[in-house]
Amino acid sequence: MKLLLKNGRVVDPANGRDGEFDVLVEDGIVARIDKNLPAEGAEVFEVQPGWLVVPGLIDAHVHLREPGQEHKETVATGVRSAVAGGFTAVACMPNTDPVNDHAGITQFILKKAAEAKLSRVYPIGAVSLGSKGDQLAELGEQKAAGCIAFTDDGRPVATALLMRRALEYAGMLGVPIIDHCEDPSLKGDGVAHEGYHASALGLRGIPGMAESLMVERDVSLAELTNGHVHIAHMSARQSLRAVRAGKERGVQVTCEVAPHHFTLTDEALEAPIKYDTNLKMNPPLREAADRDAMIDGIADGSVDLIATDHAPHHADEKVLEFDRAPFGIVGLETAVPLVCDKLLHTGKITVKRMIELLTVNPARIFKLQGGSLSVGAPADITILAPDLQTTVKTAALLSKSKNSPFDGWELRGGVAATIIDGRVVYTNPVFAGQSR
Amino acid sequence: MTTKTIERVDQIPTERTPATRLRSRHLLGIAGLDADEITLILDTTVAMKEIGGRAIKKVPTLRGRTVVNLFFEPSTRTRTSFEIAEKRLSADTLSIATATSSVTKGETLIDTVQNIEAMSPDMIVMRHASSGAPELLARVCQSTIINAGDGMHEHPTQALLDAFTIREHKGRLAGLKVAIVGDLMHSRVLRSNVLLLKTMGADVWACGPATLMPKGIERFGARPTTSIDEAVEGADVVMLLRIQHERMHGHFIPSVREYFTLFGMTEERVRRAKSDVIVMHPGPMNRGVEIDSEVADGPYSVILEQVSNGVAVRMAVLYLLAGREEESLSA
Repeated sequence: MKLLLKNGRVVDPANGRDGEFDVLVEDGIVARIDKNLPAEGAEVFEVQPGWLVVPGLIDAHVHLREPGQEHKETVATGVRSAVAGGFTAVACMPNTDPVNDHAGITQFILKKAAEAKLSRVYPIGAVSLGSKGDQLAELGEQKAAGCIAFTDDGRPVATALLMRRALEYAGMLGVPIIDHCEDPSLKGDGVAHEGYHASALGLRGIPGMAESLMVERDVSLAELTNGHVHIAHMSARQSLRAVRAGKERGVQVTCEVAPHHFTLTDEALEAPIKYDTNLKMNPPLREAADRDAMIDGIADGSVDLIATDHAPHHADEKVLEFDRAPFGIVGLETAVPLVCDKLLHTGKITVKRMIELLTVNPARIFKLQGGSLSVGAPADITILAPDLQTTVKTAALLSKSKNSPFDGWELRGGVAATIIDGRVVYTNPVFAGQSR
Repeated sequence: MTTKTIERVDQIPTERTPATRLRSRHLLGIAGLDADEITLILDTTVAMKEIGGRAIKKVPTLRGRTVVNLFFEPSTRTRTSFEIAEKRLSADTLSIATATSSVTKGETLIDTVQNIEAMSPDMIVMRHASSGAPELLARVCQSTIINAGDGMHEHPTQALLDAFTIREHKGRLAGLKVAIVGDLMHSRVLRSNVLLLKTMGADVWACGPATLMPKGIERFGARPTTSIDEAVEGADVVMLLRIQHERMHGHFIPSVREYFTLFGMTEERVRRAKSDVIVMHPGPMNRGVEIDSEVADGPYSVILEQVSNGVAVRMAVLYLLAGREEESLSA
């Protein structure tokens, strides 16, 4: 079986390629990349002018909710949402019910992913049993079962001692520890960024330093142990400062930023919908200086990757008083439009940098296949339409949950098609019947 | 049984000038009111207060209207005040407190309120521990929503009754120095009062321990200070806010004893204010914590007047929101 992607601009930073090429896929493998490849015997996908043919996008931070919270999302609905967002691979967090602290749960998730046959799914295991912070989980067995990293996400790795041991032990296994950084005592029962808007709305605040304090701990412990710490969903400018300082002195620290943190600020809590629970996430939307710092870090390379922190919640759980609603928003299907609109078209980043953030770097940091379009590699390819006018309609999202603050947003940028193992698993309905 | 023919508040004609009518059909906070609307409420309160002074303290203004007081947080003063106001306007009224509601059975706020709405009330007066709960209701409910205090956000009728009380004594709000002292961070009374007093042109000072100072308070329009002397110096009005004993648990204050030493309103401190200062407290008071008994019971204390005026202000709010014509009042 052959598939020919005709006339696209192929952007493959890992192989130093950026130009007009055809891509021939044979039996799920990238067979040739060259100009004017013969269409003979191949199904032809006409790549439109302005579209980008890039290595399949990888989202290193999603919550698929299965097992245990299938009313929010399942592996099957999560990967359906992923391919619609252009992601050929996702790494899923262990804060399921039960927590993924055991190889049996990892195997269960992988079985569900194999049945769904859409995005690749890379489970991330818990650092501690039940993510309770007491006892180290069996990281070795978990890695053997398929875990690519470890975290107690949803909460920080509880103590400096546990973090130290986890970094040492995971370092032995060659995988990073991902940390959800917040000092629990400073966070308290906060629900919004500490500042004028939280004060005006009477919401309990979480200062940016609640995050950066933990980032600083983690950078120090990574330095102590020579382990690799990856900072999840970074939001505060002080955290970025700590990451930069760590990188400057050679500490193995990497970090990610979620699209909502380079797009929105806490001002959005006041209007157009006051107390919109779809603006409640953890870490919270911060102030303009933080949002701008995240963009600077993304532009200058201090931020390694963009990850969505896709956090589905059932509508019933979000239609509550603000302080009672759960934290988090879905993100898989809005990531590409937001990256294109807020970063690429504003001139903050180049196309090459965008591809690094969305696939090259996640593949490198978590040692995943993909992140490149190498001849002989599985054909995981995303075709982006960076100029596509997209109107976000949350009701039409393929995720089981619709908890997004971007309903009705007009954004420039979208996904044309998603290809996994040479199979076109998603074509944007606006192009259906037009490009094939 | 009579056939139900209650006109909905939102169907009442709106072709009236801003000075005689509130723009919103809800009272969610002071934040939504302009100076004309605040003045309208305060002026209407004068007429309502007169009713409370009569031998027969009842007018038929809200006859046939149903008002539900939904109190998800303990309250004696505010709930009683609303109930009396509603009864004086002849509304059919009932009060629901958390202990007897379905909320304890795990029902959501919206489900609870929609069940009440299915019985066609005209207005819902709500007190809730979560900031923004009235906004949530206003988005899904047909009824007029009156915020009787939401979390740390707003308590608009308290600010209105405070303003009315100040105006009775000073004849104006503009240009007055008002010092608000106490637990600023957790106080909905602070937020509503600062918004109202700034809108009306007062000079508002907010004083309390640094640990209880809300971030960005200067953007509300209040002048923050941790110096009680600076706050009270030359003040026309000193308003005290309750210090909850549990604040010691969040390390906000070491002890109520020390709070009193540093911030407690004593006679000596009141003497720094203008000679005709009035001292206010939204209640419930902690004598010997934020206020010395000598001050609470002293000649400049208007604390009980505030409570009396609360009924009249709430009558005015209910009346204006119901959108009844003035003439029905004089019937």
